Amino acid sequence: MKDIKIEVNKLSLYYGEKLALNEISMQIPRNKVTALIGPSGCGKSTFLRSINRMNDLIPDVKITGEMLVEGVNIYDKNVDVVNIRKKIGMVFQKSNPFPKSIYENIAYGPKINGIKDKKQLDEIVETSLRQAAIWDEVKDRLGDSAMGLSGGQQQRLCIARTLAVSPDIVLMDEPASALDPISTSKIEELVHQLKEQYTIIIVTHNMQQAARTSDYTAFFYLGELIEMDKTKSIFTKPSKKQTEDYITGRFG
Amino acid sequence: MSSQNPTTFSFTKESLKKQFRWSEFLAEKIISGVAFLSIAIIFLIFIFVFKESLPLFSSSKTVEKTEIQVTSTTQPETYGAPTEDLEPETYGTPTEDLTAIDVVETNELEPETYGEAVEELTVGTEEETPKITETNKEGKNNTWSTFLSCEWFPVSENPRFGLIALLIGTLKVTIIAMLFAGPLGVLAALYTSTFASKRAKEIIKPVIELLAAFPSVVIGFFALMIMATFFQNLFGYETRLNAFVGGVAMALAAIPIIYTISEDALSAVPKTYTEASLALGASKWQTAFFVTLPAAIPGIFAAILLGIGRVFGETMIVLMATGNAALNSANPFESVRTFAATIGSEMAETVFGETHYSVLFFIGSLLFVFSFGLNALAEFYVKGKLIKKIQGK
Ligand SMILES: Nc1ncnc2c1ncn2[C@@H]1O[C@H](COP(=O)(O)OP(=O)(O)OP(=O)(O)O)[C@@H](O)[C@H]1O
Ligand SMILES: [Mg+2]
Repeated sequence: MKDIKIEVNKLSLYYGEKLALNEISMQIPRNKVTALIGPSGCGKSTFLRSINRMNDLIPDVKITGEMLVEGVNIYDKNVDVVNIRKKIGMVFQKSNPFPKSIYENIAYGPKINGIKDKKQLDEIVETSLRQAAIWDEVKDRLGDSAMGLSGGQQQRLCIARTLAVSPDIVLMDEPASALDPISTSKIEELVHQLKEQYTIIIVTHNMQQAARTSDYTAFFYLGELIEMDKTKSIFTKPSKKQTEDYITGRFG
Repeated sequence: MSSQNPTTFSFTKESLKKQFRWSEFLAEKIISGVAFLSIAIIFLIFIFVFKESLPLFSSSKTVEKTEIQVTSTTQPETYGAPTEDLEPETYGTPTEDLTAIDVVETNELEPETYGEAVEELTVGTEEETPKITETNKEGKNNTWSTFLSCEWFPVSENPRFGLIALLIGTLKVTIIAMLFAGPLGVLAALYTSTFASKRAKEIIKPVIELLAAFPSVVIGFFALMIMATFFQNLFGYETRLNAFVGGVAMALAAIPIIYTISEDALSAVPKTYTEASLALGASKWQTAFFVTLPAAIPGIFAAILLGIGRVFGETMIVLMATGNAALNSANPFESVRTFAATIGSEMAETVFGETHYSVLFFIGSLLFVFSFGLNALAEFYVKGKLIKKIQGK
């Protein structure tokens, strides 16, 4: 774990009075896939959202500790939240394409970043859709509404949309939870390819998925980070009893 | 739901037999009855309004009006002569109210000459009776042809019903009102639904909606007394009451409607769109303008159309604030007269069966058709093309 992209130091998060994350400290390596696992309500999504400051949108959220991305604390007062999110993209659990055309969905991000040239936009749209392995399915109907796509296609479209702004880090919150096995395996394959260029953090409830796609795995329980290690180690010889219970399904 | 006890319920032919739930049946009938009644009422109103304008379409009823036409072929405009004994004859209506309206009009329609023509008039009115029947047909045609003229002189010797003049007035006021109310209403809605803190929203929303509860006569009064003077001092134009003052006052009436409906449409845009946009590194403003606003466009479009409908049909405010002179000019600082204000101010002065009376009802029908058209446009255009255009096919 030499090449560290994100370093978290004693990060705690409160929803009002309620403690949701308790002094999380961890290091997330560059160009690797890190999986976050743990039972429902343990704070995986909360943690993921705190990496690109999406929790800012929720009133009464209080955060202490540090979140260093490339050595910069993103919760520092002088850091611009919009610029953080340009560099740290997010794919949501429930696919949420804009009610626009497929083309416009992808071109939206580059456009707000000031790219106006039609040719350049076309190019970005095609590359992103190709990267997200959906190009062949939609190339003939880029002008159609994205709402007309299937759930799996919509999710891949959302991934393409995230990639179109060329972030460094891609956060995925259970990207395949609502998808059929075929779409799921497409997305897993995609994750595998994307790590060449991006640092990926993925939340999943599916142990096989975590084992298949990730290089590192972090196990959360009741707002605490129980342990984090190479995925292989976590799934073969976890150091904590709780982790073992959870991944073998003997939990609770 | 039924007399069946759930525990004893079993799948026998008897227990599954169709039941007649007569309370539900009754409720359904009452509800649909009320719905049909309201449709019927709207329909009947239209029929009534249109029916009163029917004489325009048949030649037999135009007799009374044409008589004046005959006498006035060579005369200057001669209505509103301040001598009291003359007036009743000129118009064929001995109502006292006439004096009131005449005085108003004489003040505003300056080019028309009055007063001097007293003597000629007397002659004219004596002669009119024998000629009625001969010019009957022509008179009716004249009424129609004057519709396209730009002059609205319904009670002159040679009455002209230039609907164009009124149309210009109506459009002018509507456009001015919408230029203010549209952006203001929509932006205020965008602000409250996306930027304002909860506290601010709780204050702004009720306050704007309170404006909707203002009687329009109060807004008109405010425009007449305060806004008119204020704008005149500000811009230094000549006519105190004009399309601009009326338009701004009407904007006050239209803003709450536009605001309320737009706000609902904007608030109904799913939070997930906003999140997706922000997660792409869009600023709040970019998100509001490029995601939230387009997603709410159908609702906003409907809001604008309803706003236009409100402005179109509003009577009291325009009556009080626009000066009511049917001039043809593009200048927003000239007086105008709108369709609705024309009906509002002249209906009480017309005589049943007169051409003028029918024309007013014809205008009423026009207003009805306009608002119907607007609603149809909102319904079909929004549901069909607009959504497709914005959200992809
Ligand atoms: N907006 C919020 N306001 C208050 N409490 C919240 C909010 N969002 C989450 N929480 C609480 O924080 C805790 C962690 O929630 P979080 O969504 O991070 O769990 P999770 O691990 O993602 O669960 P799941 O696997 O079910 O998605 C939960 O107890 C939840 O009730
Ligand atoms: Mg979650």
